[in-house]
Amino acid sequence: MKILAKSPWVVHFNCNSCNGCDIEFLACLTPLYDLERFGVLHIGNPKHADILVVTGSVNHRNARVLENVYLQIPDPKVVVAIGVCTSTGGIFADCYNILGGIDKVIPVDVFIPGCPPRPEAIIDGLVQSLEKLEAKRAGKKVAPARKPTFTFRPPEEAEAPVTPSPAGSAGHGGKE
Amino acid sequence: MWSDWETISAFISQACPGLLTVIMVLAAPLVGALLMGIDRKITARIQGRIGPPILQPVYDVFKLFAKEPLFLNRLYIFYAWLYLAFMILVVVLLAMGQDILMVLFVHAFATIALILGAMSVRSPYSRIGASRKIMQMVAYEPILILFVVGIYLSTPHPHSFLASAVMQLKQPLLFTLPLLLPAYFAAVVIKMEKSPFDVSSGHHAHQELIRGVTIEYSGPFLALIEIAHFYEVFILFLIMAMFWSTNLWIGAGIALAGFFAQILVDNASPRLTTFWMIRFMWAGPMLLALCNIIWLYGMGRG
Ligand code: SF4
Repeated sequence: MKILAKSPWVVHFNCNSCNGCDIEFLACLTPLYDLERFGVLHIGNPKHADILVVTGSVNHRNARVLENVYLQIPDPKVVVAIGVCTSTGGIFADCYNILGGIDKVIPVDVFIPGCPPRPEAIIDGLVQSLEKLEAKRAGKKVAPARKPTFTFRPPEEAEAPVTPSPAGSAGHGGKE
Repeated sequence: MWSDWETISAFISQACPGLLTVIMVLAAPLVGALLMGIDRKITARIQGRIGPPILQPVYDVFKLFAKEPLFLNRLYIFYAWLYLAFMILVVVLLAMGQDILMVLFVHAFATIALILGAMSVRSPYSRIGASRKIMQMVAYEPILILFVVGIYLSTPHPHSFLASAVMQLKQPLLFTLPLLLPAYFAAVVIKMEKSPFDVSSGHHAHQELIRGVTIEYSGPFLALIEIAHFYEVFILFLIMAMFWSTNLWIGAGIALAGFFAQILVDNASPRLTTFWMIRFMWAGPMLLALCNIIWLYGMGRG
C-alpha cells in the first residue's frame, strides 16, 4: 500500500523568491484547487513534513538555512522546487549575491518550470514527487531531477531568433 | 432492548468478563479517528472545498509510523508514551465503571505529560505552546470538577462517584445537570483545540506556533500523540453521551449534536487570546456550572 503518498505533509520554504511563486503555491490550498483532498497538509514544521517545497533562488545568506531545514526533515523526504528561480536563479541570476539554483545546496527531486508556475503545474509536480517519495521508501535509488530545458513562448516571439544570454547566467526562464 | 446500556454490558460481561474493556480500548482510537476524519471533511465542505477522505487521519498515522524516528532526548519520547498510556487508562477506567473523579485526574495527568514533554525541549515554540496549554487547563479544569460534583449530587443517596452508578440512574443526567451540558461543551471545544480556543496547537492552523507542543515530535512519536488524541476525542464524546445514560440512542444523539456544534463553532469564530479565553470560560460556562450545583443543593440533593 502506498502509505506515504496518501498523506504527504508539506513544508514551504521561501528562499529568495519574489513571492510570486509563494502566492501561486498558497493558491493550491484554496477552495478552488484544494490540495487537501489528496491529504496534503501545509504543516509549516520540517520535523512533521515529507515534502520540502522551495521557492526562489539561493544566496550566500540563506544557503545554510535551506540546508538546515532540509536536514531536519525525517527520511524519506523529497524536495520540490517551484519556479525558474529555483533551477537557475531566474531573473535574479545576475545579482552579485546569488549562488544560482537550489540544487547547488540540496538534492532536488522535482523542478516545476514557470515564472510563476500555474497552480495546476504545481499540483502536477507534487503528484510526481509522491512517486519518488514511495520509491525512496522502498529503498530504490532515485536520480536527481533534470532541470527544465525549455519554456513556453508566445508564437510570434518563438519565430524571432533567440539572443544568447550573457555568460554565467541562463536568463529568465532560458536554456541552461 | 439494545438501547439500554445495562443490558448490553451485562450481556457482554456474561459472555466473557473483561471483554467489554478490551472492545472499548480497541474501538476507541478507530471511533476517534473516524470522528476526526468526518470533522475534516465537514470543515472542508463548509469552506467550499472537497476535503480529504474520511479515513485520512488513519492514513496520517500509518504514514507517520513509516517515517524515520528522529528524537532529541529519551525523556521527550517517554512523555509521548505516558500521554498515550494515561489516555488508554481513562478508557479502561470508564469501561470498568470506575470512579469518575479518578477518570478526571488521570485525564489531567495525560495532558500534563504532554506539557512536561513540551517543556523538556529547548524550542521556544514548544515552551509557548506548553504554557498556553497550562492556561487552557486553568480555563476548563474547574468546569470538569464541577461536572463531577454535579454527577455525584445527581446519584441517589448515598451519593457515589462511580461511572457504573451513573449508568444505573433512573433519570437522565440532563434533567439534573441542564446547565452543565453547555459548560461541558465549552470545555470540549478547548480540549479539541478548536477555535476560538485553539491557542496552544491549532487543530486546523498547522503553521501557527508551528503546532506548539508537538513541534519537536516527529515520525512515529508524533503518531503516538495522534493516537492518544483519537482516544481523547472518543472519551470526550463518550462522556457527553453520558448526559442521557438511560437510552443509548438519545445519548449518542446528544454526543453527535455536540460534535457537529463544535465544528460549526470552530468555523464560525475567530481565535481569542489566552487571557480572553480564561475570562470567557470563568465568566460564562463556569458560572453556568456553579448555578447548576447551587440549584442542586437548593433542591435538597446535598
Ligand atoms: S520564478 Fe518568477 S515568480 Fe517565482 S520567485 Fe522567481 S521571479 Fe518570482
